[in-house]
Amino acid sequence: MSSPLLELRGVTKAFPGVLANDSVDISIPEGQIHALLGENGAGKSTLVKIIYGYYAADEGDMYWMGNSVSVTSPAHARQIGIGMVFQHFSLFDALSVRDNIELAISSKAGGDGLSQKIHEVSNTYGLGLDPERDVFSLSVGERQRVEIVRCLLQSPKLLIMDEPTSVLTPQEADNLFKVLNQLAEEGCAILYISHKLEEIKELCHHATILRQGKVVAECDPTKESTRSLAEMMIGRSLDPPAYELKKTGATKFLVQNLSRIAEDERSISLKNINFDVREGEIFGIAGVAGNGQTELMEMLAGEVLADDNAAISINGVECGQRSIRERRELGAAIVPEERLGHGAVGSMSLIENVFLGGHQRFNLARRLWMNYSNARTFAQKTCDDFDVRHAGIHVDAGSLSGGNLQKFLIGREILQEPLVMLASQPTWGVDAGSQLAIHKALLDLAANGTAVLVISQDLDELLELCNRIAVMFAGSLSEPHPVSSLTAEKIGLLMGGAHPEAA
Amino acid sequence: MRIKLVPRQTHSRLMTWLTPVMALGLSLVAGTVVFYLLGYPPLQSLYAFFISPISDLYGVCELLVKASPLAMIAVGLSMGFRANVWNIGAEGQLTVGALAGSALVIYFPESNNILMLPAMLILGILGGMAWASIPAFLKTRFNTNEILTSLLLVYVAILLLSTLVHGPWRDPAGYNFPESVIFQDVATLPVIVSGTRLHLGTIFALLAIITGWILISRTLAGFQVRVSGLAPQAARYTGVRSNLMIWCVLLGAGGLAGLAGIIEVSGLIGQVQPIISPGYGFSAIIVAFLGRLHPVGILFASLVLALSYLGGEFVQIKLGLPLGIAGVFQGMLLFFLLSCDILIHYRIEIRKTSLSSSAGST
Amino acid sequence: MAAITTVELILLTVVSAATPLLLAATGELVVEKSGILNLGVEGMMLVGAVSAFIAMLTTGSWALGIVAGAAAGVIMSMLFGVLTLFFLANQVASGLALTLFGIGISSLLGIPFIGLPIEKLPTLDIPVLGDIPILGPLLFEQDFLIYFSVFMVVAVNFFLFRSRAGLILRAVGESHDAAHSIGYSVIRIRFFAVMFGGAMAGLGGAFLSLSYTPMWVEQMTAGRGWIALALVVFATWKPGRVLIGAYLFGAVTIFQLHLQGFGVQIPGQVLSMLPYLVTILVLVLISRNASRVKLSAPACLGQIFHSNT
Repeated sequence: MSSPLLELRGVTKAFPGVLANDSVDISIPEGQIHALLGENGAGKSTLVKIIYGYYAADEGDMYWMGNSVSVTSPAHARQIGIGMVFQHFSLFDALSVRDNIELAISSKAGGDGLSQKIHEVSNTYGLGLDPERDVFSLSVGERQRVEIVRCLLQSPKLLIMDEPTSVLTPQEADNLFKVLNQLAEEGCAILYISHKLEEIKELCHHATILRQGKVVAECDPTKESTRSLAEMMIGRSLDPPAYELKKTGATKFLVQNLSRIAEDERSISLKNINFDVREGEIFGIAGVAGNGQTELMEMLAGEVLADDNAAISINGVECGQRSIRERRELGAAIVPEERLGHGAVGSMSLIENVFLGGHQRFNLARRLWMNYSNARTFAQKTCDDFDVRHAGIHVDAGSLSGGNLQKFLIGREILQEPLVMLASQPTWGVDAGSQLAIHKALLDLAANGTAVLVISQDLDELLELCNRIAVMFAGSLSEPHPVSSLTAEKIGLLMGGAHPEAA
Repeated sequence: MRIKLVPRQTHSRLMTWLTPVMALGLSLVAGTVVFYLLGYPPLQSLYAFFISPISDLYGVCELLVKASPLAMIAVGLSMGFRANVWNIGAEGQLTVGALAGSALVIYFPESNNILMLPAMLILGILGGMAWASIPAFLKTRFNTNEILTSLLLVYVAILLLSTLVHGPWRDPAGYNFPESVIFQDVATLPVIVSGTRLHLGTIFALLAIITGWILISRTLAGFQVRVSGLAPQAARYTGVRSNLMIWCVLLGAGGLAGLAGIIEVSGLIGQVQPIISPGYGFSAIIVAFLGRLHPVGILFASLVLALSYLGGEFVQIKLGLPLGIAGVFQGMLLFFLLSCDILIHYRIEIRKTSLSSSAGST
Repeated sequence: MAAITTVELILLTVVSAATPLLLAATGELVVEKSGILNLGVEGMMLVGAVSAFIAMLTTGSWALGIVAGAAAGVIMSMLFGVLTLFFLANQVASGLALTLFGIGISSLLGIPFIGLPIEKLPTLDIPVLGDIPILGPLLFEQDFLIYFSVFMVVAVNFFLFRSRAGLILRAVGESHDAAHSIGYSVIRIRFFAVMFGGAMAGLGGAFLSLSYTPMWVEQMTAGRGWIALALVVFATWKPGRVLIGAYLFGAVTIFQLHLQGFGVQIPGQVLSMLPYLVTILVLVLISRNASRVKLSAPACLGQIFHSNT
């Protein structure tokens, strides 16, 4: 066949204030696993959403099997043979696997034989799925399988995968790669979006690299090094923070036999969690999302109180039943996982947002009264010290980019000179520049003697930052391991629930 | 060509204050149409509705008399709405406040103690608080939806009022009318502009507005109320205890509604009757929204809504229009306001349809 | 017609008292399943009641009365739908606005008709079956709206849990973003659901003014719209339980009326509080278990949806 399966010519899409895609050309033949590589915000997601009919391009043409097409909706895309597995799953928690799949396929394909077909497809590709189970009871990996089966039932010619491994353990990711390779051998093209270079080298036949909405390079990733791929992606040479094993001191943050019973079947029970974070140390908690990290963070921060006051101590003071306020007074600083709506209020100005975490230690509020002029100074200092790019400290926090807002939040907490810093997913979804800045800030903080706890799904981040790492699985926390004794594989096994002794 | 809503980067502070004015304008236009459809001369009716009632001092004072309870209740409700606590039962809290305060007169009808009035006002506040504490308790203890409980309690409160005026509180010398004794002087709020009905209650309303303003814009508590509504998780993060917040805003609103209730009875009606309020507790919801949940905005909004009551009574007398017209006007006002409010967070963009976006998607 | 015994009479009145609640709550259930919380049920019922009454009085046709009631409810609900779905207004505030507007407009429209008598909605007797003692009149000698209300519970149950369209509607209420991302028109589906809710609330109102108390009185719904809303929560969003709940409330209403009739030494007004207090009580009982309500409530209930495409 001469013409490629899918070809884009000059696709351009603008959003207010950003040019998400700038005259993008891409060509994908049948059976190719084609990587779309780029940083967060490079325009990858926008581009695939255009292909999938979710957005309409402002300019440019799309050719499907040699014919010009205009995909008007996701339903239309599925009809012509394009399937997509979303980064944030498009599943319905309260519905069964079968209902979830039925919703996404045309009415004719549904009907009584559907459960049977689900069995067939999931067996063919080694994706075990029970059609009658409710989705909320599934693990993240299983949910992804639902999405994949949903696509495969319509025998797509092109499968789009948006950051599929960001939520998987390394072992789960390997299984996924097997499925994708099998599909490619059968002639299905795969457009694979990622910023993880190792897996692109391992899996993909061809790569298109996007930067700031433009195609900046194309290559055969198997012939590149991860470093050269990274430099193409970021557009400059990399300068990771100098890393040395730090000296650690006395225990500043201690968690002993911390448990929590799940309120309902959608949350996780915490089982007897123990760990300590020492002065000058960065302690990492790894794990696939949804294994109790959110529940743990709520308790560590004091948003939910422990049953036992001795379960948590800050600087030697037992505070399991003390409020978040009192824990801040003891020297804790907290950066929650969600930036908007938790760490910051999107529709309040940066000035008002400094009151959220900082009013106690900065004289921002004297007794009952708010001191706006101090708050203004503090907000300005946070922005200056942490390179937060903004249109003025009076703008809504929600108008900042993810990276800038995260720098603002980290800065707001660091400026309080905490004894203990608790940060959850500190660089989730931020651009590479901000990521570097945040990592440096955390390393500096630890170097100055703060005990830092980082909860993250990003293994690379933890391996780079931490002295010791423990892994969370199904509400339990593994023994901490010094980072020098760990490999990605070993952590991966722990993330999947295996005990290292047994493995 | 198609019309598109484009989110604004930062919400428009200009629009926040402009949309109520736009809504008012649109309601006037729609009001004209309603008058026309009902077969009344539109412009003349509008004049009779909005201008005539306040063309003399007495009229202006009447406006203030009606605006006072509206503003007082709305300030309380606005705190709750900001914190995402939907107390819509102010009418019930008003009623129970009025009853609690009046009880003193009923049981000490001969008393000449000058502490009578202050005690009544305090009892009024406590009565409103007590009634509001039911939804607060049920919400914090049993997770019960406060919208439904507070509203259902309105019916209970009004039936309670009816029980009392038809039974134990009926004036024995009142020819069997369902009315209590007439309040003695020490139980009556003094008039502050002679020759009118403008009473001391208006001063209380002003105080409520000023206190509310300071609370919401200058204090940590006010900040926490705002955060609770905008982002409940962020509120927990900053150390707000959500149950305490629910109690505070409900008791605050209940107390103010109760105060408004006893003020209506002791400042205006002078006895307990089967109907104490023409729906102030519900109209105050509109006042709160029209005033942008901000005490200063509420000041102006209460005047607008008071005018709609006054105008409604006026056109009923002058033109024989049904009293329900006031309710229709108030409803329209809120509708228009809610629709115009989209301009705060979105810009309207009119675009030519490009070739590739032949629609289909929403 | 067989001689009606006291028991039959009581049961009949229970059914009558339950029907407006059943109609309105069934409609609201579908609306909430699609993820929209319409607190304007009371307003829609009132406008439905007055419209049905006016249509019946002026045309003499009960069928037209019923249609007018439903149509008025739909028009009211469309106001709400436009406000919340196209203008992205807060659903709680919009629902309140709808109720306040409904109270005003119904009293305005109804003024010339206050106190005028009409004939009660005729019963559609099913021959033979109607002669069965006790159950006969109860099940087979009722008016159209009573049959319809029960039929709709079954129909809605079938629609929601046995049809593809119902699955889509539930999916939209569970996660509008996911539904949108796989290509469903969230706004359109919700708008239809809101209109259905409006029609059912209008019919509930129509039943009040055509059958339950065949006349027009201002604010004659007396909080039934709010009780219907509470019923949906009580039923944990299941149509069958709405039926049970509505009949339970019908029974409470009739029970207190009979107590008043029998001259119990409690003021009538206090007994009249009973349905409201019972509603609060059952709300408390059902909400006490927070996670149960959370699990059965549509996940997107009350949230604003806006796609930026």
